[in-house]
Amino acid sequence: MRDVAIVSFSQLPSVKAIDATDEAELVQPVTANAMKQVGLTQDDIGFTCSGSTDYLPGRPFSFVAAVDGLKAWPPIRESHVEMDGAFALYEAWVRLMHGDIDTALVFSFGKSSLGSVPDILNLQNDPYYVQPLGLDSISAAALQAQAMIDAGRATERDFAEIVARSRKNAIDNPNAHIKGDFSVDEMLEEPYISSPLRKSFCPPVSDSAAAIVLAVGDRAKELVKRPAWIRGIDHRTEPHALGQRDLTTSPSSKLAAEKAGLVQGKVDLAELHAPFAHQELILREAMGLGDEVSINPSGGALAANSLMTAGLIRFGEAASRILSGDATRALAHTSNGVCLQHNLVAILEGE
Amino acid sequence: MAEPCAVIGIGQTKHRESRRDLSIPGLVRDAALRALQDADMTWKDIDSIVIGTAPDMFEGVMMPELWLSDALGAAGKPMFRVHTAGSVGGSTAVVAAHLIQGGVHEKVLTLAFEKQSESNAMWALSPAIPFQPQLVAGAGGYFAPLMRSYIRRADAHPDTGCMVAVKDRQHGLLNPNAHLHLDQTFEQVKASPMLWDPIRYSETCPSSDGAVAMVLVSEKHAGRVKNPAWVKGTSVRTERTFFAGRDQVNPAAGKLCAKDVYDEAGIRNPLKEIDCAEVYVPFSWFEPMWLENLGFAEQGEGWKMTMEGNTKIGGEMPWNMSGGVMCTNPIGASGMLRFAEAARQVRGTAERHQVDGAKVALGHAYGGGSQFFAMWIVSSER
Repeated sequence: MRDVAIVSFSQLPSVKAIDATDEAELVQPVTANAMKQVGLTQDDIGFTCSGSTDYLPGRPFSFVAAVDGLKAWPPIRESHVEMDGAFALYEAWVRLMHGDIDTALVFSFGKSSLGSVPDILNLQNDPYYVQPLGLDSISAAALQAQAMIDAGRATERDFAEIVARSRKNAIDNPNAHIKGDFSVDEMLEEPYISSPLRKSFCPPVSDSAAAIVLAVGDRAKELVKRPAWIRGIDHRTEPHALGQRDLTTSPSSKLAAEKAGLVQGKVDLAELHAPFAHQELILREAMGLGDEVSINPSGGALAANSLMTAGLIRFGEAASRILSGDATRALAHTSNGVCLQHNLVAILEGE
Repeated sequence: MAEPCAVIGIGQTKHRESRRDLSIPGLVRDAALRALQDADMTWKDIDSIVIGTAPDMFEGVMMPELWLSDALGAAGKPMFRVHTAGSVGGSTAVVAAHLIQGGVHEKVLTLAFEKQSESNAMWALSPAIPFQPQLVAGAGGYFAPLMRSYIRRADAHPDTGCMVAVKDRQHGLLNPNAHLHLDQTFEQVKASPMLWDPIRYSETCPSSDGAVAMVLVSEKHAGRVKNPAWVKGTSVRTERTFFAGRDQVNPAAGKLCAKDVYDEAGIRNPLKEIDCAEVYVPFSWFEPMWLENLGFAEQGEGWKMTMEGNTKIGGEMPWNMSGGVMCTNPIGASGMLRFAEAARQVRGTAERHQVDGAKVALGHAYGGGSQFFAMWIVSSER
């Protein structure tokens, strides 16, 4: 296996709505910036891969337009996944294993403001038996949160404390969407949106775009002083039907973390893609992340949550802290699907 | 360098206008089971799954791979989803090959599907996009001007398109899985209604329900079958949509993608060193255009190969032995069907549409406005 590292990261600040921009205009600034940080242009990139979904803009092949945000001429080696950009990073990592190229550009974009995200996500469900029930993403997450409470594994106060910590962490993050000192007691006074979830226990709905440059071995060392090496990366899925899973656990993230090599040493921090507060508890327990691990120093998805980009931003936030020398070993995580069905985990390290 | 990768299992559904007898999970499972059986494997043997399909809106399920994980025995495994326009079936197989070649996994199941009967693809492809002229007539309306331009540039014989349609439909008669089984004469094709000049009704591909699956393995496991197809080269190339320097009649991305795959496979002269090819020809005139784009013919000469019958089974360079996209078009699976047919040919398992002694074959897919390309070269020899 070749050593692959994250060498740069760029994101657009997550906000409620980025108005009057199309796909190319979302993609161009972040990709250009990520390459510029390490002195590269598109001509230096061996492989380009992106992640997005047609169901946000509401039309097929929407990613085609994003290619116009790149200098895709002469024609480039390029691919696209209908998943979060973190999975595009996985495909790029696989491509770099092939041995013939040394750099890759990964990006993703999500304009969640174009529609009602909770309703759109109902379309991820079984179209015959579940979609007609209108199980939106907040209701599905509420079932999971209630299962946590019923199992005696969490209380609503636990959820509120996670939100308070996340949005406090985000105060230092210029790219976060919701941040500040939030009172746990006041959050517990909010009305339920879908019991036991109150508004603050749910993620914001954000627009953003993000890009990462990957490089191999010596090429990475030429580009930056301290590359964020991907020591292991793995993803696993679970059965789809909610009734076939114990919603209070996450065997897929546990397995992915094992395969990525989490147990080989302690991590300083973990950037977890847990859009709902209770999901952080599930992921921490599954992966065995104790109190010594700093969870979501960026604020995580509870502070900024652009669909299709929030996962790649976890990778970028974790890598940034290694690139800057503030951390030595970090875990980056992305989830996909209803109630954490599919999970991707990577272990990043400085030298 | 890359680890050797072999195709040891291939399966596909019978492709039809509407597979009302199968749900979407049933459709993908049918193809996957056939591929596993061909590879002498069970679900337990598979390390990883890579799935591709065209726009999710065709079936109305967002990221359908999440839902399909149950039908494909994916629990506890990596299940990866690729989406690159019409080339998706090809690029999905390329990702699967790279998982093996990069040493990430040893046994990968890759598949692609489309259930076009769930929607109307032509209209699904014709939405009103803000700030862009509306493409109101589906893919044929987009491609027809390119074909007219080709005919003008190459001074091509106007009957070339009809010849391709007749040839591919004759090939399709040999393929029990093909959607269309049409014993059409040249006169019948020529008499069919003109839809988008120069494309007649009988020169278009159908809308199909179907799925195709392949099992790809590392060298260690290739011995499970006596006739693996070795992946000698893979490539993908993309060009942008709005750029005045593009030539959509003979796209640079297609030429470069072909160069990449020939270089990796060590091919200098495709006409001499490749025995047959399955190439994405959704409208008849793309055969002569791609013959030139892929270097099988000199510029302006592709139509002559078709007119002289050289692209028939038994000809100098058989193209689309399975009947191709002209006979079967489950969009998301169409690219992988090309890749799979190339592998079947070099494995010698193409039954009645087998090219005698085929050892090296090209699989090709393209998508978007002739801007996304994926290819592979497979060989009977490691």
